[in-house]
Amino acid sequence: MTVPRVERPGLFYPKLPATWWLRNANYFRFMLRELSSVFIAVFLVVFLVQLHRLPQGPGAYAAYLETLRAPGWIIFHVVALAFALYHSVTWFNLTGVVQVVRLGERQVPPWLVAGSSFALWAVVSVVLLWFLLRG
Amino acid sequence: MTEETMTEETMTLDVTRYRPGHDRAPRTQSFTVPYRKDWVVLDALNHIKDRIDGTLSYRWSCRMGVCGSCGMMVNGVPKLTCAAFLRDYRPGPIRVEPLANFPVIRDLVIALDDFMEKLRRVKPWIIRAVEKPVSDGEYLQTPAQLDAYKQFSMCINCMLCYAACPVYGLEPAFVGPAAIALAYRYNLDSRDEGYRLREPVLSEAVGVWECTFVGECSVVCPKGVDPAAAIQRSKLAGATDWLLSMIMPWGGRR
Repeated sequence: MTVPRVERPGLFYPKLPATWWLRNANYFRFMLRELSSVFIAVFLVVFLVQLHRLPQGPGAYAAYLETLRAPGWIIFHVVALAFALYHSVTWFNLTGVVQVVRLGERQVPPWLVAGSSFALWAVVSVVLLWFLLRG
Repeated sequence: MTEETMTEETMTLDVTRYRPGHDRAPRTQSFTVPYRKDWVVLDALNHIKDRIDGTLSYRWSCRMGVCGSCGMMVNGVPKLTCAAFLRDYRPGPIRVEPLANFPVIRDLVIALDDFMEKLRRVKPWIIRAVEKPVSDGEYLQTPAQLDAYKQFSMCINCMLCYAACPVYGLEPAFVGPAAIALAYRYNLDSRDEGYRLREPVLSEAVGVWECTFVGECSVVCPKGVDPAAAIQRSKLAGATDWLLSMIMPWGGRR
């Protein structure tokens, strides 16, 4: 897609080492955020298999849930939850930066945009919890 | 005078040297300079050039954070060396390297061509469909219209953001933070009518979509421009534009 850069003789062209993301905390946090998607993707596959087991009868479903009770899977889910929370929090923090909301001539302050996203997230979470835990 | 007879406090600068035609790769040379609490890294470099080694090459001009010429890596972080005080790096040593991600011409001097070419491509000037004659007066603007883009107009083209951007380091074709921020600045300007001319540069694969939002460009910017925000907002504008053109092919686009 992109044309390779023509290197002029005499100049020194630095190469970014594969470990560039260990150079500062921001780069590292960025890499963690990128990595979070891997855990979330694996979780979704596990969840899809769980849904797939549902129509196969109570026995198959219970057996699958039993598999997920193994310590390895529990550790995975705790890590995946931590990554999902990290991804969500950083995402909502960025909404204020990315989305410019104007009321008339004035711009809504970024913290308020991010704050409303967090508030909406909290409300949806409470409604879901109520729905899941009521019975 | 008595102060000069006392043992003078010094600081060590580990400076990158590169002689084109001689060196295969840059090397480091250490210099010891007097410590002054009101000295910046640029003052220390000027001391080296004046008193120790006149062959040391670097760019500088205004000494006051306006010209954007003296950007270098100071202890691995892109900085304007005229604004990096020695006192903040005590006891040292201070590592001074050329701006990261750019080809090095000599010592601390990097090649600017790539950035200049990208800057030209985004057409960072006011474009009018039809220019009005000078006799018709200025293009007027309200304070609110000025506020919409003012932050992004503070860019001094110092290229610290490119040195901070790992995406640019890995893909030199990336249009990059400052150029996109300036394109966005003119797109936001109420007097400008050049959106359609800048859009092809911004929406290509190495335009805004190459950015993965590491965000370090905005951290290192000495002028508070926030190029990362400009890029993400351009993505949002581009995506909205595309969606409108799909829903309303007869003219939903700007």
